[in-house]
Amino acid sequence: MRVIVCVKQVPDTAEVRINPETNTLMRDGVPSIINPYDMHAIEAGLYIREKAGGKVTVVTMGPPQAETALREAISMGADDAVLLTDRAFAGSDTWATAYTLAKAVEHLGADVILCGKQAIDGDTAQVGPEMAEFLDIPHIAYVRKIEEIEDNRIVVQRLMDDGYDVIESSLPVLLTVVKELNVPRMPSLKGKMAAKKAEIKKMTAADIGATEENLGLKGSPTQVKNIFAPEVKKDRKMLEGLNEEKVMALINELQVMKCL
Amino acid sequence: MFVKIDKDKCSGCETCIGSCPYDAIVIKGEKAEINELCQLCKACLSVCPEGAISEVEEASDIKEKSEGKGVWIFAEQRDGKISGVAFELLGAGRRLADKLGAELAAVLFGATGSDANELIRWGADKVYHCTDEIVNTFNDEPYSKLLAELIKQYKPEIVLAGATPIGRSFIPRVAASLKTGLTADCTSLDIDDESKNLLQIRPAFGGNIMATILCPNTRPQMATVRPRVMKRGEYNETAKGAIINVSAGDIKSRTKVLQTVKEVAENAVNLQEASIIVSGGRGLGGEKGFELLYELAEAIGGTVGASRAAVDEGWIPYRHQVGQTGKTVGPKLYIACGISGAVQHLVGMQSSDIIVAINKNPDAPIFNVANFGIVGDLNEIIPMLIKKIKEVKGL
Ligand SMILES: Cc1cc2nc3c(=O)[nH]c(=O)nc-3n(C[C@H](O)[C@H](O)[C@H](O)COP(=O)(O)OP(=O)(O)OC[C@H]3O[C@@H](n4cnc5c(N)ncnc54)[C@H](O)[C@@H]3O)c2cc1C
Ligand SMILES: Nc1ncnc2c1ncn2[C@@H]1O[C@H](COP(=O)(O)O)[C@@H](O)[C@H]1O
Repeated sequence: MRVIVCVKQVPDTAEVRINPETNTLMRDGVPSIINPYDMHAIEAGLYIREKAGGKVTVVTMGPPQAETALREAISMGADDAVLLTDRAFAGSDTWATAYTLAKAVEHLGADVILCGKQAIDGDTAQVGPEMAEFLDIPHIAYVRKIEEIEDNRIVVQRLMDDGYDVIESSLPVLLTVVKELNVPRMPSLKGKMAAKKAEIKKMTAADIGATEENLGLKGSPTQVKNIFAPEVKKDRKMLEGLNEEKVMALINELQVMKCL
Repeated sequence: MFVKIDKDKCSGCETCIGSCPYDAIVIKGEKAEINELCQLCKACLSVCPEGAISEVEEASDIKEKSEGKGVWIFAEQRDGKISGVAFELLGAGRRLADKLGAELAAVLFGATGSDANELIRWGADKVYHCTDEIVNTFNDEPYSKLLAELIKQYKPEIVLAGATPIGRSFIPRVAASLKTGLTADCTSLDIDDESKNLLQIRPAFGGNIMATILCPNTRPQMATVRPRVMKRGEYNETAKGAIINVSAGDIKSRTKVLQTVKEVAENAVNLQEASIIVSGGRGLGGEKGFELLYELAEAIGGTVGASRAAVDEGWIPYRHQVGQTGKTVGPKLYIACGISGAVQHLVGMQSSDIIVAINKNPDAPIFNVANFGIVGDLNEIIPMLIKKIKEVKGL
């Protein structure tokens, strides 16, 4: 079984704050981490290798610094890693990212491709399914359990709003995974050693045979027009007086509004 | 396009550095410089006090705009029941279509002819309806292939779908195959007066910031829209429209749904259907506080919600959480007790019709979104409120 896990290095958004005066992000000292959902994808890859044998390759598209994320994945137990890095990739939206990753997967060959449900910087959840379309293979999103995996067949549970679906698919297949799927393992000592020594394979647009006009900003149909701080509406009425009076005032307002 | 720093204007003040989410601005020789980490997110453009940062257009940015006409919404159904988000999309779609002077059509896979008529009563001029067996239950491949085929044939200029597990799973395949842009999980949509482009507004970075996304050159412009944020349009009992039956042809699926399991009963807290929600935060002080809140909920006929802080404290299970990483709700009445009003909470409840805030801190940001605010200790206010409500209701 050839397994590819797509991971993205992201700023830890739990620590990103907005400066209320300038309406801009304050990123000082915010660490870069592996997208949390992708940690579950890595764990799923290792699980599939244990079940069905084979090899787990992690792939990321990003700047040279993203190598850290790949080494971390190797320390958890991944066999090898590929860094897709090229000036031409800069400014990719989900379409161009998915195109680039699909080209790399085509080049490397895979039976199962694993992605996180979404990346916590953009929160789009689009790259996985878009990649599957480019590869012309089926995909299953929101996988919360892998029930069976065989040479040419997989059965998984897909999380839905009101429960879950049990779904069967042929291979190759792309899965996007949610946190409920598993608990990512800690790196082992042996893994850490391997991570230190591992050679990270670097690939450019030319290496994966990508068409220039589909890459980066040029290949991206969407554009960010602007970013701004979340707004709030301001037609409030503060209820004054003693607590008892405030409560009565509220009761009156709610009656007028027909909420009581 | 690329982002450029004018070296002559740059004073080396370093203000821009912290604004970059990607560490792409560095100081070299006392001047700021943009390196290869730049993702062109434009977060830095407005921060420079000297106005030294600008975006530069390149010849290759100018592309021919493809054609399209009309607004489409995808009306999803599960077990033959059209989901609420479809009617919200019709409300939003109607507004956009009217602004463009265009037609509004709904696409329905599965369900019945009378359901298709219901979409017309909620604002659609037209319904493209496929009743073939293969689309009765949701599978990504047939859904995406058929929708992509229809779009190629009829060329709408805008396509909206719900940002639900179904919409967020298969719509990206449609956008990928049509080589067009897709914006995820929008919370607001509008038409740009000048260019007539769709302005797609959505939270990013965990709700810390909002972004306006454009898809200027390719058509259709596609977006998934967060449920319970858009308002439904008007229901017109006598509305008439065309129902166009479409066939799935010989579309196949490589995935198969073996079983559908509902996990409702005790696990379900129907926050999203509730018309009154009383929600509690860290200010409740503990499980005891939530007991008080449940009493209030019972008296007023509401459902209990919570902030993430209260959930993280373990006072109430996650399924009650409202906000960016919880549920988005839009009840008639939302009463926030001891909740400060962090943006991540606000994005999940801002579209409630009436918001009441009870908080002892007069400067709490929750008051900015509240219609009615009470500054005070909730331990005194809530019991009084319960008592009065019971009196009013004659309980
Ligand atoms: C990526 C990310 C995602 C997030 N997602 C969510 C989300 O989905 N939902 C969410 O809610 N948060 C979310 N958060 C967390 C959010 O930023 C806030 O930390 C959280 O909403 C705060 O909860 P709170 O208002 O209950 O607590 P606090 O901010 O601690 O506020 C407690 C309030 O209670 C008031 N109070 C205290 N005692 C009393 C009293 N006796 N009487 C009256 N008032 C009193 C205080 O004045 C204060 O305003 C997220 C954060 C991040 C970074
Ligand atoms: N630049 C990238 N490199 C590798 N994988 C990525 C990249 N961007 C997104 N992904 C994968 O796609 C998933 C969804 O990302 P997104 O659509 O951006 O929310 C992530 O969890 C990753 O598995």
